[in-house]
Order: sequence, then C-alpha cells, then structure tokens
Amino acid sequence: MIDRTVLKEHLVKWVLVAFALSSLLFLFLIFIFILAEGLPLFLKVGLNKIIFGMKWAPTKGHFGIFPMIISSFLVTIGALIIGAPLGLSCAIYLSEYAGKRTRMLLKPAIELLAGIPSVVFGFLGVIYIVPLVRNYLGGSGFSLISTCLVLGVMILPTIISISFDALVSVPRTYREGSAAMGATKWQTIYKVIIPSAKSGILASFILGMGRAIGETMAVIMIAGNALKIPTGILDPLRTLTGNIALELAYATGDHRLGLFSTGVVLMVIIMILNYIANFGIKRKIAK
Amino acid sequence: MSFRHWVILLPLIAALISCSAASNDKPGKKHTITIAGSTSVMPFTEKLAEHFMVDHKNFIVDVQGGGSTAGIQAVINNTVELGMSSRPLKNEEKRLNTITICYDGIAVVVHPDNPVGDLDLDRIRQIFSGRISNWRELGWVDRRIDAVSREEGSGTRGAFEDLVMKGNEIDDGTMVQDSNGSVKEVVATDPYAIGYISMGLVDKKVKPVAIAHVSPSIKTIKSGRYKLVRPFLYVTNGELDTKSRRFVDYVLSKEGQQILRNEGLVGFYD
Repeated sequence: MIDRTVLKEHLVKWVLVAFALSSLLFLFLIFIFILAEGLPLFLKVGLNKIIFGMKWAPTKGHFGIFPMIISSFLVTIGALIIGAPLGLSCAIYLSEYAGKRTRMLLKPAIELLAGIPSVVFGFLGVIYIVPLVRNYLGGSGFSLISTCLVLGVMILPTIISISFDALVSVPRTYREGSAAMGATKWQTIYKVIIPSAKSGILASFILGMGRAIGETMAVIMIAGNALKIPTGILDPLRTLTGNIALELAYATGDHRLGLFSTGVVLMVIIMILNYIANFGIKRKIAK
Repeated sequence: MSFRHWVILLPLIAALISCSAASNDKPGKKHTITIAGSTSVMPFTEKLAEHFMVDHKNFIVDVQGGGSTAGIQAVINNTVELGMSSRPLKNEEKRLNTITICYDGIAVVVHPDNPVGDLDLDRIRQIFSGRISNWRELGWVDRRIDAVSREEGSGTRGAFEDLVMKGNEIDDGTMVQDSNGSVKEVVATDPYAIGYISMGLVDKKVKPVAIAHVSPSIKTIKSGRYKLVRPFLYVTNGELDTKSRRFVDYVLSKEGQQILRNEGLVGFYD
C-alpha cells in the first residue's frame, strides 16, 4: 500500500518535471529555429552589411537594418523617459503613502492595465494621440513622439509592479532607523528606501525596456514605419519588430531570411536586456 | 498567418482525401486544378474558386501564393496548371499563353480637403522619391507632404514601382503601411498625406487624384486613357487542358466577372 503511494508521488513528481522542462524545450526550439533561418543570410551577406547597413530593400539585395536598430532603441528610451518617472512615482506612492483601501483599488487597476491587448493601445494611439500630435506639434502624427507616449503607458504596469516589490521588500528596520534619526518621511524615502531598492528599481526599468523593444502591433499602427533614422521627434520610424510583422506576409526567399535575421538581432538584444535585469535583481537578493 | 496556412493546407488535405477516394470510386472522380502565383491575384482567384466549386462539385481548385515570378516558373516547370501574374510577361517568358482575367487600377489618393486634384506621373514620381517634399511646390500650403507607401514585397507596391517610379527608388523617409486599408486610413485622417491604393477601394473618405487630367474610373481604364493599370493574368504552358478550361471559362463568364467586379476590379462586362 505504502509502495503504491510512494510510486504515485514519484510519478506525479516526474510528470511535473517533464512539463516544467518542456518550457525550456520550447525556448530551445525557438532559439534553434530562428538561428537556423536567420544565420544563413548573415553568412551570405555578411554581419556588417546587415547590422550596420543603412539600406533595407530586400528584394533588391540590401539587408541593412541599422536604422531599425537605432529606431528600436529610440522608442525604447523615449518610452522609458515617459514611463519611468510615472511608474516609479506610482510605486512609491503605493508602497509608502497609500492606505490599505487605495492600494486595494490601485493594484488591480494596474494589473488590468497590463492585460489590455496592445492592439487596443495602438488603436487608441491612432485615433487620439496621432491627430493630437499632428494638430499641435506638426508632422504627420505617425512619429517617434506618438510611439513613445503610447509605449510609455504600456510599460507602466511592468515598472510599477516590480519597483513596488523592490520598495516593499526594504526591511522595516531601515524605515524605523531613519525615523529614529529624525528624518521626515520624504527624507527617508529618497535617502534610505530608494537607494536600498535601487537594483530592483533598475531591473524594473530594464524589463520595461524589454517590453517596449518587443512591442509590435501598437508600434506598427503608430510609428509610420519609414525606413530612415528619424531626425526629429516628429519623424516616422520603423522598429525591428515592426519590420518583421510588416513584411512577413509577402516575403519569399532571401527577403524572408532577411526578416529572420532581423529576428536574430532582436532576440540577442532582448537576451542582453534580460541578462542585465536578472543580474540587477540577483545583486539585490545577495545584499 | 495561420489562416493563410490553412488556406493552403485545406485544399491540399482535400486533394489528398479526394485522391484516395477517386481510386475506389470511379463515377465521382475529382479533377484537381492547381493554381499558383501572384499574391495580389490570389485572394480573387480564391473567391472565384470557392464559387466555382459550389457549382462544380467534382472539381477541386487549389490556389497557392508565392508571387508572380514563382507562379510563372511553376507553369514553365509544369508543376501547376495555371499561373497567376499581376505583371506583364518578360521577354523570356513570352512563349507562354496568357489570359487576362481583369484589370486593377491603382489610384493615387489624397485627403478630401486637399485642393490638389491633378498631378502628372513626373510629379508623383518626384513626391515618392523625396524630390518634392512640400505641398507649396504643388500650389498648396507650406507643409510637408506625408507620402505613404506599401511594404516591400507587396504586389501593389511592385506595380506602383513599375508604372510610376520607373527605376527611381521610393524615398526611405516615406511612411509604410502594410495593407491597402491602412494606407487609405492614413490618407483619410491626415490632410497632408498622399498614398496609392487599389482603385476598387476608393470611396468618399479619400480623394483620387487625376493623372494628367484623367481621373481613374472603369471608363478611363477601359479606354486606355488612365495609365496606372495592371492586368491580372492567368498563364499557361501551351493549350489549356479541359479541366482548367472549365475554370477559366467560368472566370471569364458573366458570373465570374461579376464576382471580380464586386471586389472592385475592372472586368470585361462593365
């Protein structure tokens, strides 16, 4: 009888292990397939000509994605400039000032914000942000600034929830110690709590960057998708993700491979960002 | 994407099933017609095939994409019965037979509030290659022109490059949208935009520009005065076989042409 129970326990454990490992397997397979499709073009055209090439005209043999790499970073940094102060302020309010009831109202609202599909953000952007920018700032409205505004809102949930966790996990004794020294609440926050939660806050910014750089649908709808490096905040631009989604439908042959190469570059960038974020979080735990 | 895959897969599966059925069941023998080529013609051929198969239960029409060039190549290799092309044949392809099934006009469109209503091909070429970038140069306000193009690989863009750009490159600063519908949407909302779309999609939300005083319409296309027109062709290697002829006859019949007309194309009975 006992043997059977033990056997069952083992069985359950190993089935769970198999399922858990399957996610690793999927990651591995995705990695292999993207590399298998994307690398041949790197070998054929050359790494330099793809990564630092200025011209993207895949049906005519130009596979340069440098403008898109720059554009991807520009929208990401722009989104961070808008999203980081907003998100961090919200997280500070939630963890330090908000009463239980406000927190109970705000937390689910932020989680809901994270659940809104990106196409809805894109749609709202096209209907409201783009005309606003066109009427008050100029240009076509399909621009760097519109994209940053929308992405800035989209990364808020990521920044808020991770910064909030970091702020809340600052030990109570720190706050008490600071108060005992005669520091006011705000002094405690910016002299004690934020510095001790620094790595977690930075990790939230970097994960927010990862979300912004990977965003596709909303960006295609708002960015205008021009191939040039934008020279001002009112210029349209095309990101790496946008390039893939935009052209996949008709792409054949080398054009298709070119899109996979874009995917390889994107994957490498996101891996680096995630690595930095994890490193930041780990340092915080080690502390 | 998955829908597109299914569109290709389902007929294949159907064809497989029918093959196995055909060997057992002589009287209900199915004829399979394979068609491949231009992705611009593909949606219309699919529509025609759907209607055709309703009336002709023992036919299966398998429609695949791949692009005009791939379709023509497949016809040369005899791997498909019919190729679809949205461009005229090149010299080395001229020995193949072509059947024009309809014409598609490309309209250059601007916002309805835009007073510019007439441009010539040179001007349009200069706008899209970035040499004219301000509406003032075209006699309107001092404001940048927001040109909108289609993505690389699109059939409409290919036709626009052939018919208008003639070897000049579309400027990298031009906005890009990934469907006729989104180009129309941008032009409909941005008063300073200019774009090009399939003529069938023009409605009150955008204003088609006359090209050298000729407005795009079924009439001007039929008379040959409107120049931004591309033919939608079926290509065959030699004579049509009997089963493909049945389908082509259907496409060219009043009923088939009406289907194309409903999709905004210019057929033969207008």
